[in-house]
Amino acid sequence: MNTETVNKTKEVAEQTERITGAEAIIKCLMAEGVDILYGYPGGAIMPVYDELYKFRDQIHHVLTRHEQGAAHAAQGYARISGKVGVAMATSGPGATNLITGIADAQIDSTPLVCVTGQVPSALLGSDAFQETDIVGISTPVTKWNHQVTKASQIPEVLAKAFYIAKSGRPGPVLIDITKDAQFEEFDFKYEKCKGVRSYKAIPDTDPKSVTAAAELINNAKKPMIVWGQGIILGEAEAELKAVVEKAGIPAAWTILGASALPTSHPLNIGMVGMHGNYAPNKLTNECDVLIAIGMRFDDRVTGNLATYAKQAKVIHFDIDPAEINKNVHADIAVLGNSKESLALLLAELNENIHEAWHQEFKDLYAIEYDKVIKNDISPTKEGLTMGEVLKQINIESKGNAAIVSDVGQHQMIACRYSEFNITKSNITSGGLGTMGFALPAAIGAKMAAPGREVVAIIGDGGYQMNIQELGTIFQQKAAVKIVVLNNEFLGMVRQWQQLFFDKRYASTEMTNPNFVAIAEGYYIKARKVVKREELADAVKEMMESKESYFLEVCVEKEGNVFPMIPSGASVSDVRLS
Amino acid sequence: MKEEIKTLTISIYTENNIGLLNRISAIFQRRTINIESLTTSQSEIENVNRFVIVVNITESQAKKIVGQIEKQIEVIRAYYHTDEETIYTESCMFKIKSKLLFEEPQIQNLIKDSNTRIVTVNKEFFVLEKSGRRNEIESLRRDLNAFGIMQFVRSGRIAVTKDEMKVTEMLAAFNNK
Repeated sequence: MNTETVNKTKEVAEQTERITGAEAIIKCLMAEGVDILYGYPGGAIMPVYDELYKFRDQIHHVLTRHEQGAAHAAQGYARISGKVGVAMATSGPGATNLITGIADAQIDSTPLVCVTGQVPSALLGSDAFQETDIVGISTPVTKWNHQVTKASQIPEVLAKAFYIAKSGRPGPVLIDITKDAQFEEFDFKYEKCKGVRSYKAIPDTDPKSVTAAAELINNAKKPMIVWGQGIILGEAEAELKAVVEKAGIPAAWTILGASALPTSHPLNIGMVGMHGNYAPNKLTNECDVLIAIGMRFDDRVTGNLATYAKQAKVIHFDIDPAEINKNVHADIAVLGNSKESLALLLAELNENIHEAWHQEFKDLYAIEYDKVIKNDISPTKEGLTMGEVLKQINIESKGNAAIVSDVGQHQMIACRYSEFNITKSNITSGGLGTMGFALPAAIGAKMAAPGREVVAIIGDGGYQMNIQELGTIFQQKAAVKIVVLNNEFLGMVRQWQQLFFDKRYASTEMTNPNFVAIAEGYYIKARKVVKREELADAVKEMMESKESYFLEVCVEKEGNVFPMIPSGASVSDVRLS
Repeated sequence: MKEEIKTLTISIYTENNIGLLNRISAIFQRRTINIESLTTSQSEIENVNRFVIVVNITESQAKKIVGQIEKQIEVIRAYYHTDEETIYTESCMFKIKSKLLFEEPQIQNLIKDSNTRIVTVNKEFFVLEKSGRRNEIESLRRDLNAFGIMQFVRSGRIAVTKDEMKVTEMLAAFNNK
C-alpha cells in the first residue's frame, strides 16, 4: 500500500460519517450556525427531537406552547438579528399551525427555515394519522419548499433551504421530512449551498440606471425618499444616511423600514401610509421626484393608486424585479442590492440642500403636532392614551429598545411614536397584519439579542391570540417586557365601525379576564395602571426589571388613531380627525 | 382607457421538480385567471422542462404574471407572446364506430380533405388524429359529430416562438456565477 492511497482513505473517512437522517438534520443546522430553534415535538418529528436531546449542549431548542408561537418566535429572532430563524414541528396539525407565521414571513420577506416531520414515505397519500399535504398547503406562502423522503437528500436540501431563505429577497422555506428518512442511515457530508442554477438571488445593477437616477435627483427641486425594509435587509443603513445627507433629501419610511435611520435624524420626516405622518403623505403628491428604496408600494402605503404621486417621476430601487411596475410605474428602475446600488448612487449625487422644500414638511408637522400628536403624547383630558405610554417607554429606553408590536391601533401608535436609535428595532407584522404576532416574536427577539431591551406592545385582542406563550417566557426566563394597552375593544375595527359603519360595534367589545392574575399565574411580575399618575413609575419599574415584566395599561376605550387615509382614498386626503 | 384582452401564450423554462406545476398554477389562481390550456414537456435543453400556458389577459397583466413566475426558485425563465409572435398548434383524437367508415362514404372524404390521420382501425372502432389550429379541429369535430363520435379529446396548445429565446445562454451565465 502506498502512502497516497492511505491518505486518500483517511480523507474520505474524515469527510463522511455514517449517521441517521435525524442526526444529519441537527448537524446541518449547526453547520449553518443555528444556535436557537423554536418548535414543538410530535410523532413524525420524534427522531429529530431525540437527536436534539443528544446535542442539547450545542443547540438550544425552545419549546413554545403552540407551533404558531414557534414560527413567530423564529421571525422575531430573524428580524432582530438578520439571521435565518428556524422553526420545527411535527406533521399534520403541527405543520399547519406554522402556516400563519410562514405566510407572515413570506409577505414581510423574513428568512425562515421550517422543518416539519412527515408520515413515513410508504404511508404518503394514505390519509395516515397526522398526515397532511404540507408541501401543497405551504406552496403559495413559501419562497421554496420541498419534501425529503430519503436521508441522503437531507444535506443538499437543507443547504439549499438556508441559501434560498437568506439570499436575495429573503423569505420562508419549508422542508418536509418523512419519518423513515429521519431513521435511515447514510454517509453524511455537508457542503454549504453557493448557488441554485435556476435562481438569481441578486439581479445585476445597470450602471446606466444609476446614472439616470442620479441625474433626475440632481435636477430635482422637491425630491422625496420613501424607504422600506430593503434598507434593513440589505444592511444599507449607512448608505441611506449618506445619500439622504449628501443630497439633502427629506426621507420617509414604511412601517417595515422604521429604525433604519434614527428617529432623531433631521431629514427623517416620518412614516408614510394609512396612519403615517401628515407631511410625508400629503407631500407625496407634491414632490417632483419620488425615490422609493426597498419598498413595494403596498396599498396601505399608497392609498388610491390612481391619485398616487402622479405629478412625480418615480425612481424605484429594488432587489426583486417583480416589484418594478407592479403597483406604481417606475420611470427609472434600479435593480440590485440596496447597499451596492445606493453606494453607486452616492458617488454620482451632487451635494444639495432643499431648505424651502424641507420647510414644507416641518410646517405640516407643526399642524399634525398641534391637531394630533400633542393630544396623543401629552394629553390633558381624562383617560390614558396609548401615545403617552409610548412616550414614557421612550423616556426610559432612551430610544434604544427594540419595539415588538402586534396588530391594530396600538401598533400604529407604537410605530408612530417609538424613538429608534438602533436599526432592526421595529419588529411588527406589516404585510399580513397577524394578530398574536408580538408576544412570541418578542421571545425570539430577546433570545437572539439578550443584551437588548425588548418591549412588546400588544392590544388586549392580539394578546389573547397567543397568550399561552407566557409559559415559554417563564420557562426560558426570557426577560421580555410586555405592555398590554387595554381598551376592552378590538380597537382598530371599532374605529372603522365608528367612522364607516355608523358606530355599529359588531363583535368588537371584549370582556377581558384579570390579565395581571394570568401573568402572575406564570410567575411573571405584573402590574396594572389605570391612572395617569401611576404611569411613569410603572413604566420605570418595568424597564428597570431584570426579568420579564407584564404591564397592563387601561387606556381610553374609544380612542382613535389619526392621521388616517380612509381605505381607497388618496394620500393627499389624509385626515387629521 | 381599457386595455385589450388578448390570447397570450406564456412559455416557461423550468427545472423538472415535483410541485412546480402547483406553484405556477397557484399564481394564476390567486389572480382569478382561468388557464385555457397548459402543456408541459421536455424542452430543447436536457433536463429542462417547458410549460406552454394559454390565457386570455391583458399585456400588462401578462408582464406582472411573468415576473411572478420568474420569481419562483425553480423557474429559469418565462416569456409571454401574442399569437402573431408564435407558431402554434393543437392536436386532437376522435374515436368513431368502424361501421360508419364503410356506411358513410362522406367520412372518408372528410378524412382526406382535412389531412387527418387514421391511427388505428379494428372491428369495433377506428381512431383519427389531427393537428392544427383550433378552428380546423372544431370544424372537423362538427362535421364528424353529424355521424356520431364515441370519444373526442383535444390537447393544449404547443407553441414555438418566431424569435429566439436565449435560455441556454442564460443557464450558462447562471452556472458561471
